[in-house]
Amino acid sequence: MTALTVTAAGKNYGTVAALAGVHLSVPTGELAAVLGPSGCGKTTLLRCIAGLEHLDAGEIRVAGSVVAGGRTHVPAHRRRVALVPQEGALFPHLSVADNVAYGLDRAVRRSGRVDEVLALVGLEGYQPRMPHQLSGGQQQRVALARALAPRPRLILLDEPFSALDAGLRADLRRDVRAALRADGATAVLVTHDQAEALSLADHVVVMRDGRVVQDGPPTEVYAVPADHWVASFVGDAVLLPGVVRQGRAYTVVGEAPLNGGSGDGPVRPVTVLLRPEQVRLTPVDVPGAGQITGRVLRHDFHGHDLLTVVRLDDGTELQSRRLNDGPMIRAGAAVRVSIHGAVRAWHADEVPVTAEPVQPVG
Amino acid sequence: MRPEALAAPALRRFKRRWAPQPFLLTAAALALLVALLPLGYLLIRTGEAGADRVATELLTPRVGWLAARSMGLAAVVTVAGSVLGVGTAFLVTRTDLPAPRMFTVLAALPLAVPTYIAAFAWLSSVDGFAGFWASALVLTLCCYPYTFLPVAAALRRADAAQEEVARSLGDHPWRTFRSVTLPQLRPAVAGGALLVALYVLSDFGAVALLRTDTFTRAVFTAFDLGFDRTGALVLSTVLVALTTILLVGESLTRRHDARYARVGAGARRPHVRIRLGRGRWVVALVLTGVSGLALGVPALNLLRRLAAGVSRPGSLPEIAAAAGNSLTVAAAGAALTMLLALPIGLLAARAPGPVAATIERLSYLTHALPGVVIGLSLVFFGVHVAYPLYQTRWLLTLAYAALFLPLAVAAVSAAAAQAPPVLDDVARSLGRSPLRAFTSVTAPLVAPGIAAGAALVFLTCMKELPATLLLRPTGMDTLATELWTHTTVTAYAAAAPYAALLVLLSAIPTWFLAARTGLLGPEGQDSEGWR
Repeated sequence: MTALTVTAAGKNYGTVAALAGVHLSVPTGELAAVLGPSGCGKTTLLRCIAGLEHLDAGEIRVAGSVVAGGRTHVPAHRRRVALVPQEGALFPHLSVADNVAYGLDRAVRRSGRVDEVLALVGLEGYQPRMPHQLSGGQQQRVALARALAPRPRLILLDEPFSALDAGLRADLRRDVRAALRADGATAVLVTHDQAEALSLADHVVVMRDGRVVQDGPPTEVYAVPADHWVASFVGDAVLLPGVVRQGRAYTVVGEAPLNGGSGDGPVRPVTVLLRPEQVRLTPVDVPGAGQITGRVLRHDFHGHDLLTVVRLDDGTELQSRRLNDGPMIRAGAAVRVSIHGAVRAWHADEVPVTAEPVQPVG
Repeated sequence: MRPEALAAPALRRFKRRWAPQPFLLTAAALALLVALLPLGYLLIRTGEAGADRVATELLTPRVGWLAARSMGLAAVVTVAGSVLGVGTAFLVTRTDLPAPRMFTVLAALPLAVPTYIAAFAWLSSVDGFAGFWASALVLTLCCYPYTFLPVAAALRRADAAQEEVARSLGDHPWRTFRSVTLPQLRPAVAGGALLVALYVLSDFGAVALLRTDTFTRAVFTAFDLGFDRTGALVLSTVLVALTTILLVGESLTRRHDARYARVGAGARRPHVRIRLGRGRWVVALVLTGVSGLALGVPALNLLRRLAAGVSRPGSLPEIAAAAGNSLTVAAAGAALTMLLALPIGLLAARAPGPVAATIERLSYLTHALPGVVIGLSLVFFGVHVAYPLYQTRWLLTLAYAALFLPLAVAAVSAAAAQAPPVLDDVARSLGRSPLRAFTSVTAPLVAPGIAAGAALVFLTCMKELPATLLLRPTGMDTLATELWTHTTVTAYAAAAPYAALLVLLSAIPTWFLAARTGLLGPEGQDSEGWR
């Protein structure tokens, strides 16, 4: 059963197309993340699903019934699609209990549903507090409880964690996901933070310029990105020229099996994607670990892991990531470089020439 | 593709851009039209008088003399008020002056004394107190809070870290003040000074009582004597022109504000206060002296005359009748003003766009117009266009609305900011209809701010003098007009009870203003908006 189906959705602001034929489908009980840089149309998509904006073209179905499309526009309050905006937007004049009960009918208010959802988000006993007495994270929890309470057909989360500290964010993400699961809710999360999308969602929808460029499970989006823009947006990427022969990719740092994409066929030039954790370095005096050598330029130390930049003898620079568990190779040392695991490759003519690699945000 | 399929989204786009909320937009445009009626009518009448007539009226030595006096008075009061205001602000915020909060309140309080009451107090205590310098003294003492309040707020807001950086780079404290702090104050000083200048240009009560010939007094006299109504009209257009020049000046200084923004977030530290040593008691004495002149003289005088005024036979029923009239016309004025301000303020806050911004800005146009001009224009309007309204309270109510609309629009916009549209979105996403969302979320959040705005307009209407004098139906006296009538025939004791009542009523919005700027709270807790 699909809770949400978006078909060829289009929306223009003046001459700017905010949505240009978006397709999207979210199965009941799942959490989908719509990931994209600012201005990609993800918030417009969310507002169209909520019924706060009118769709110019296409169709939106919630739980099978059309809510927008053609001449139909079901108003926001009849869609049973609840919103969790950025920074919570709690009603400042209502207590926590009254905020949560806001979407409930009088009869349901006394059924204990308010206490139930507050327990789900870990805020038992906070009922009489006022919003200004809560921390930012607690406000977001109440906003989620408020959205869960009337058992909507769909919950929309609009960058709900972006205003919080990094430490708080990780805890809250975990708890939000647990609460959504426990209540069997279907949710769409909009975010520009790739770590958030990959760690939280059952499937990730990557958007750019009003279009969906990829839609799949987080592991697939990371390992087999649709193009090199997606590859750079969802994580650190090393892009190298190479060729494909008989299901294997050959580059200056060696060969590796292919992971999807361009398979057999004639020998063609390709762009090969390596994730830094696939690039292994060994001191040059250890024999047999790859023939390609280079020198360590510098280290970026992150505590739990280490990103090392290496310059090969032919001038190519690449990054290697490893857990912080072995002896550190000092800068300037000579190393051997090898590739670990399968890689993604695109024919060189598949790579959009204009697309600049984008550094992931957050 | 069918042509209508192409046209429909284009039309929708057009409507969204230019008419975000058709009902609100229409209501706001109508409200604006009503508020701009006096100004528009004034211009039409002046146009009808013809260029020759206007020229013969304007190009006289008397008009030149009036212009020189009005501008001279405005200049003297602005300079004196700025010096007094900036000095006091610096002393209470940055030095170890004893009892800084008491001096803050004392420096804000003169706003509660309408100029005609201050003039009355001085007039009735000092024999022969009249003329240019008398007016300058009274107006300076009444107006310096207009520079004091914004400058004190700016001094509080200024980032202590910037001054500390300057000090750490080797600057002497005074050099730091000159090179770092003072430039940041410039927008506040300029804004305050312009308010003072506008206030002096439009003031009628003090200059009329102290027999100083300025434009406002000349307009009123020309009209009151009844033989030269076109002359009054032409004189008031000159006043409008002077006001416009000042307003343009104000908007030019505002554009510079952006340069003094505080960069970065984080908690503000309190400023280190300069030690005045033994001089602090001398400074305290001087400030007490200023407050004594601004507040003590009117207060003592009122108290001295009050007993005689109240015990005068027949005074109590007269006071009661005037108070009743004041209450009813002020209530009607506040009601109409808020009614007009609601769509304009809501439009500006909720549906921003080029049209909404233009409407809001135009609604501020009458802000600086003297009450004399508004009143005069509406007299002409009543006589020539809407005769059934002439000599009724309705015309007076309309004048109040035109005069105080900006006050109300500001209050409504600030109140609407308390209920951002996202709350409305959430309410609707939780299954509440737009009407339910409005009554359960938007209305409760916006109501307190609007009520406070209404109270402010109400109290401001009560102390309004010139438009009330011109437009009140014959025989209807308010507190302000009774005070005026008694003072002009030197019946000072009879005037005292009205003055006392008016001061009492005016103190309330002053308290509001001072509380809003956060000057009364402990340092670091600046209150913002209506709480």
